[in-house]
Order: sequence, then structure tokens, then C-alpha cells
Amino acid sequence: MVWTNAVIQGILLGGLYALFATGLSLSFGVMRLVNLAHGDLAIFAAFMTLSISTTLKINPLVALVIVVPAAFIVGYILQRLIFDRVVGVDPAFQIVATFGLGIVIQNALLEKYTADTQGLNVGKLKTSTIKVNDTIGIGWLPLFTFATAVAVLGSLALFLQHTKLGRAFRATSDDADAARLMGIDIKRVFAVSMALAIATVALAGVLFGSRSSFDPFVGPARLIYAFEAVIIGGLGSLWGTLAGGITLGVAQTIGRQINPQWGELFGHCVFLAVLVLRPTGLFGKVQSR
Amino acid sequence: MSEPLLQLDRLDVGYGDFQALFGIDLHVAEAETVSIIGANGAGKSTLLKAIVGLVRPMRGDIRYAGASVAGTAAHKRVAQGIALVPEGRRIFPSLTVEENIVIGGDVGRPGPWTKHRVLEAFPLLTRLLKRSGEGLSGGERQTLAIARALMSNPRLLLLDEVSLGLAPIVVRQVYEAVPVIKAQGTTVLIVEQDVNQALAVADRFYCLLEGRIALSGVPGEIPKEQITQAYFGMPASGGRP
Repeated sequence: MVWTNAVIQGILLGGLYALFATGLSLSFGVMRLVNLAHGDLAIFAAFMTLSISTTLKINPLVALVIVVPAAFIVGYILQRLIFDRVVGVDPAFQIVATFGLGIVIQNALLEKYTADTQGLNVGKLKTSTIKVNDTIGIGWLPLFTFATAVAVLGSLALFLQHTKLGRAFRATSDDADAARLMGIDIKRVFAVSMALAIATVALAGVLFGSRSSFDPFVGPARLIYAFEAVIIGGLGSLWGTLAGGITLGVAQTIGRQINPQWGELFGHCVFLAVLVLRPTGLFGKVQSR
Repeated sequence: MSEPLLQLDRLDVGYGDFQALFGIDLHVAEAETVSIIGANGAGKSTLLKAIVGLVRPMRGDIRYAGASVAGTAAHKRVAQGIALVPEGRRIFPSLTVEENIVIGGDVGRPGPWTKHRVLEAFPLLTRLLKRSGEGLSGGERQTLAIARALMSNPRLLLLDEVSLGLAPIVVRQVYEAVPVIKAQGTTVLIVEQDVNQALAVADRFYCLLEGRIALSGVPGEIPKEQITQAYFGMPASGGRP
């Protein structure tokens, strides 16, 4: 039964990882941009939520109605001001620009909030559990996180499949120059995709901050999990990202079940195994470009 | 005399330090079909890329419908009525055939070309609508690329190497679409290596040689030997271009 519990907890944790990875998958899928500041932007959102919930005396999850739209706008502006300049050029420029942004965010957070660890107080939701039996308990917060991830990914999938803008996203992802020949403003597509990416990672950051402590420097570790989830699931596949997040989450909880120190190690090992055995990921397509 | 629909004035185009086109002067009148012929590397595709805005000119001007579009973004030129069927078709593989058709009309002008009208003109596509853009034959891809471009109801349609890689029978079928397109009043500019095919449908032609216009005129009025010489840049030796 403890193994069943480990798998269940892993699946729920995978929802959080998938949420972290969704934006990364979207920005890479649409414009081949690897945003190394992705994790730092999540933590930035967590700190913003901390300030808003403290100032307005509201639950951090309620503050999401302010933080997520604000993150959308921040993403749009970041794309127009910074990322547009490094899309489609030497990837080294992407690395420098996004890594640099990450460092700026970390140091700005350090300046404002110090290096002290913080947490978002979501009240009873953090500790409430559905007790299935003596060994299996499902926390409401992890369940809410997982449901949020499924809802976000499902909404994005519907958006991409059934809207005019979603069609433009897919066309731009396939061939940006051909998309321009269809009259698609690819700069706008890029900006909206980055806005969505930052909005989803802000959501992930707040949910992460609701279940774990955080400080200005934990962003890069979130970035690595997000990368691993994207690559395990397969580049360019949204549902693959969920599968990747779940695979990573289950590997970590099983590892932790064997030895409390082995959780992250197991996750990284599964990631490496997927890279070796199936480099395109579980649901990735090999595309000739 | 009214201004041509498209006019290029002393156009220089290049990529970085490499200059591909030198002082191109060219005009296309409304409802005219003009072919641009030339050997591989003559700069034909670069010329079309400059006209649609995928490459910025180094010098010179591109005037379309009486106004300069040299600084206009590619996506805005589509809305103004310029559409390109690109070399290599560039079909979107993650979209279905139907989505590939519809996306051509998402931005564009109102006009006679609707999804229904396009499928009437290219019935081959009707049975492929739900298929992915991936895995189509060369002829199907070319037909789809033309249908997709027509969906924006272009005033000026540019066809880049539409015969490339296609079987002769398929090339003939593709070129049979040109009179249908012309009948709607669309101006057509064709870039082609297949000289016979290009001259057969054109009202006028230009021959490019190493980035410069080597010859222009009306097919049938210019001796074939002269065209061959302009095409290869050397005196004709009895062979066909």
C-alpha cells in the first residue's frame, strides 16, 4: 500500500511539474525559445502573491485573479522588449538574454525580500487530506494543483485546436516564414504565446509556494524539473508534458520511498533513461524542418 | 497610362554582404500574367521574397497599387492583396488539409475565392480535407499551396517554381489552374525554371541572369535563340533552355 500511495503522490506532484513545464513547452514549441528565466519568473510570481495577499489580507489563491493576468501582461511585454530580439538568431543570444533576466529577477527579489525562506499561507487547504485508508491520503492542495494542471492543459489544447489564433500558433510553430505568407503577424503570436507561458508558470509558482517554502534562488531548480518534464513528455506535445510531469513526479516519490535522499536522483535517472532510450520523448514527434 | 499594379525601381536585394539582385526594373500591369525565367541561382526566388517582404531590399523601391511597400511587413502585404505560393510548397504539417486551406483566408481581402469556390476549382482536395498536411504527394501539396494562397483573394499572385519536383502530367494539371485564376482578374507573376511552361502562359516575360535582367519581352516575339542566350549568358548552340 505504501507503494500505491507513493505512486498517487507522484501523479499529483506531476501535475505541478506539468504546470511548470507548460509554458516552457509552449514558448519552445511556437518560437523555439528556451527561456532560462522560466523558473525565476515562477518564483517572482510567488513573491508578488505573497506581497498582494499580505497587503490586501486575502488568501494567496484568491490573489491569483490579480497575479495571473498581471503575469500575462508581463509575458507580453517581455517578449516585445527582450525576447523578440533573440528569437530566430544564434541560440547563444537566447541563453545570455534569458539567463541574464533570471539573474536580474533573483537579485531584485533578494534586494526586496532578503534571502529568508517564505511560504504562502493557504490555510487549511494545505493540510486537509482525503483519507482513503491508513496508508493512503490524498491532500486537497495537491489534488487541486493536479486538477488545475489538467484544466490548464485541456484549455490550451482546445485553444490550439479550435480557435483561429490557435491555428496561427500551430502554423507558426511549423514554419514561421510560411505563416507570415498567410498574413499571420508572428510577432503577435510570439507575444501571446509568451504571455500564456508566463501566466501558466505564475500559476505554477503560486501553487508551488502554497505547498513548499521558497526563496529568491529556488527558480533554477524549478526550471530543471520543467525541462525534464517537457523532454520526457516529448517536445511540442502538451499532453506529453503532463505525462512527462507525472513520470518525473512518480519517479521522485518512488525514489523517496526507497530512501528519503533518493527522490531527485530517481527523477534525474528516469530523465536520462528517456533521453537514451527515446530521445524524442514519450509523445514527441520527429519533425523535419 | 495608369500605374502598373507592381513596379520595381532599381531594386537591389541581398543577404548580409551577399547581393543577389542588381538594379531590377520591372513592372506588372493589372490582370497581366508575367513570367520570370532564369537558371538556378539567377535570383528569381529572391525577387519574389523581396516582393512579399520576406527579404528587405538594400536599395530601390517596390511599388504596389500606387504605393511603396518596401518597408511594409510581410503579413501586412497579404492583407493588401499580395500572396505567394512558395517554392517547396511549405504546407503546415500539423494542420489538416482543410485547416491549411482555411488559414489562407484568415487574413486577406473579400473576393470570389471562398473555401467552396477553391474546392470547386481543385476537386482533388475535397477527399483530402481531413488528412494531415503531412504525407501528401507532391502534386497534392502543390495544389493545396495554390488553393491556400487563393483563399486570401490576392490581387497579385506570385508562383515560385510550381513545377519543381513534379511529374510532367502533374505540372500540366497545375498550370491548367493559371487561366482559371486569371479569369478572376488576378494578376499572376510566375517564377519558373521550366521555360516552355512559363512562356506558354505568360503575356510577357523577364529573363534573369546572375541577378540582373538580361532580357524582357513578349513570348513569341523574341527568337528562342535570344532567350537561350539570355538564360545561359552565352551564345545559343542549338540546344533548348
